[in-house]
Amino acid sequence: MSRGALSAIGATALLSIALTSCSSSSGPATGAGATGKAGGALVVGVTSDPDTLFPWKATQFQAVNVLQNIYGTLTEFDKDLNVVPGLAESWQTSDDGKKLTLTLRKGVTFGDGSTFDSKDVKASLEKIMDEKTAAVARASLSSVKSVEAPDDGSVVLELTGPDAALPGNLATVNMAMLSSDDTEEKLNATPNGTGPFTLGKRVPSQSLTLARNDKYWGAEKPKVDSVEFRVIPDESSIVSAMQSGNVQLAVFNDPLVAQTAQGGGTITVTKTPQLSYHALQLNARRGDLKDVNVRLAIQCAIDRKQVLDTAALGEGEVTGPITAPAFRSDPARRPCPDRDLAKAAEYLAKAGKAGGVTVKTIVSQGEYATSVNEAQNLKAQLAEAKIDLELEVLESGAFVDRWVAADFDAAVALNGGRPDPDGSYGRYFTGTGNLNKVAGYSSPELDKLFAEGKATTDQAARKAIYDKVSAELEDNAAWIWLFTSYTYTGTTSNVSGFVPMVSGSLQYLRTTSVG
Amino acid sequence: MRRIAANRAVRRVAGTLGTLFGVAVFVFVMLRAIPGDQITAGLGTEAAALTPAQRAALEQYYGLDRSPVTQFFSWLGNMLTGNFGYSARSQQSVLEMTLHSLPVTFELAVFSIVLALVIGVPLGMLAASRTNAPRDLLGQVVSLAGLSVPAFLLATTLLSVFAASFGFNPNGQGFATLAEDPLLNLRQMFLPSLVLGFGIAAPILRTTRTAVLEVRSEDFVRTARAKGVPPRRLQVRHVLGNALVPIVTMTGLQFGYLLGGAVVVEQIFSVPGVGRQVLLGIQQKEYAVVQSTVLVIALAFVLVNLLTDALYRVIDPRVRAS
Repeated sequence: MSRGALSAIGATALLSIALTSCSSSSGPATGAGATGKAGGALVVGVTSDPDTLFPWKATQFQAVNVLQNIYGTLTEFDKDLNVVPGLAESWQTSDDGKKLTLTLRKGVTFGDGSTFDSKDVKASLEKIMDEKTAAVARASLSSVKSVEAPDDGSVVLELTGPDAALPGNLATVNMAMLSSDDTEEKLNATPNGTGPFTLGKRVPSQSLTLARNDKYWGAEKPKVDSVEFRVIPDESSIVSAMQSGNVQLAVFNDPLVAQTAQGGGTITVTKTPQLSYHALQLNARRGDLKDVNVRLAIQCAIDRKQVLDTAALGEGEVTGPITAPAFRSDPARRPCPDRDLAKAAEYLAKAGKAGGVTVKTIVSQGEYATSVNEAQNLKAQLAEAKIDLELEVLESGAFVDRWVAADFDAAVALNGGRPDPDGSYGRYFTGTGNLNKVAGYSSPELDKLFAEGKATTDQAARKAIYDKVSAELEDNAAWIWLFTSYTYTGTTSNVSGFVPMVSGSLQYLRTTSVG
Repeated sequence: MRRIAANRAVRRVAGTLGTLFGVAVFVFVMLRAIPGDQITAGLGTEAAALTPAQRAALEQYYGLDRSPVTQFFSWLGNMLTGNFGYSARSQQSVLEMTLHSLPVTFELAVFSIVLALVIGVPLGMLAASRTNAPRDLLGQVVSLAGLSVPAFLLATTLLSVFAASFGFNPNGQGFATLAEDPLLNLRQMFLPSLVLGFGIAAPILRTTRTAVLEVRSEDFVRTARAKGVPPRRLQVRHVLGNALVPIVTMTGLQFGYLLGGAVVVEQIFSVPGVGRQVLLGIQQKEYAVVQSTVLVIALAFVLVNLLTDALYRVIDPRVRAS
């Protein structure tokens, strides 16, 4: 190599260093200046971009969060998870509970300018119910026999029986109302909804920008002109981006990252309990776990607080099965609310397994931060009760495969919760539920209770029914419910009006302002 | 003579095509050996709630209902016609995705190599100039650090320190290509290049040191010194010039690896290169994305090796002569 070449290399290095030094002073100002104006642009840091833009198939957290800002649903949840009117202004159930009449909001338009009416509702609901669409919320409409649109402004759902959970089930983005003229292919490229925002620009794997929908029907119009979901794959890097003023809002899952964010002093972190719950799922249809006494022995041999403290830095709350605030189970009412090894030994002896049992347990690696630590603590605790938790730690894809096939004795899992307990557990623990194979447990009592819960509209009466569901699940140790954790919403000082929700939803981006 | 050269070229091309076909088969088989498919990757545990008819509809949608052999040859055939497949997640053709990501990775690789050479070659020469002296120790310490400090640690530390202390974090802004905003692009490339360059500087430093020590003991160096060639000219022209072959080999190898994408660094600094493209493809089980991108990477690696071979002819007259 000639001396000239070496000099060129040196010059390049000097140029890089010079660029860095000149930008180190202008970095934060540029970031804040570009994005921090009042009513201007909000930048949300996310670890990945949506894996689909089609709302009926969206299950990924990021996809759901983006799409619920673009699409509208017949009903919605408010910040306390009460079901409130959405595209349906009101709804009425017939006396026998077999007919639900929805009155639609007038003057609503889709992003493309077309008018929203009952034809769109009928087409949407019928397509969601059609197996060929492969919509993930199909089972939530299992009580719907037919959908009629007597006029432009109303829709009548004929039901097989009363379904108190139905209005709440209509509130998820998987039940988004689409224009009857649209197709999946079309919407994957160009979303077209009735929500507070429309899709502005998308750079795959890098960013997705929403623009304010000025024709949005809601009384409160979005405050910011645009919301950019900027993909920064690493949560720690998002913290750095917030510190330098490039990103204004982000939701963290890792408590350690939240601590780091809080520590810098420039980011406010709000902790929100979640509906999702950590559990040791038991498959009561396999091996020794068929015996309720073995399952109860496991129930009694676990100190849930210890699992929470050792695996998740104590960041969470010990929980029973139902995590929705209006129906929350009381963990103190379960058998052995505190660890009781003598009782566990008693149950094992009753099962004729005084010498101990082995439970093959699958654990996902990487799906969420605390899984392996939880499994190891559970193993250690259960070993003291002669229960050998044989752990099989799997890559998340392999874990999902085994979970979907119900190929496990037990599984350490983080499951999503829903605002209505029927939505959360009806599909798991009723004999005909579409996840019953994975739940590994059902009983005539539970079938009856879930049917009653669906048929009852009075809130207090429903709470009493789901308390019984909770008791039935824990008295039989269907699964071992452990704890719920938090999400941590980080905001910079110029952000206001955002309301974090226990469902993890970012629907209140529409009330958020910057500047 | 010409016939021998032609034969050699034909063998080379055949070997290259064979290698690429092997890579194609390997990636295709490995991807399908990973548990799960695009349906479970997309729906997660919700896939358990699918009815058989829903599952069949999705398999047809993703083309999973065809036999693996049909899938393989249909993909390979399409590749040959320039159709690299389609990513449902990105709503883009894989060719389009790769045309965006490959130049980013190429740019990152060039900057990293340049920084690695800037650090590695002078330090290697310095270390070789007096063995076992403090300067040699310095070289050893730097190379040991380069090899031992994991990229993720260095990257996260640099990012946190620069962002928290100096408010410098161009990577927190949306990525800009060199054509879109050259200044922002260069700022965004600086830290990732530095991290990668520091890691690669270590083998280059060691190779330089060894090669320089070897050449310095050759007779022609002693002759040159005896003839009164100035020390700097002697070091650069006579010693380094003749030590270049192993340095170029090492640089070519490292450059080839970099073209495969530095996944960890790309993730931390949000650089949309081919490494992230492949990683996302694997996570989403988008088979066409992974297969086609890996094949492009393999082709790039082969081309870099060919270029390295060609460089030998430029820098070493003995190779030209043979």
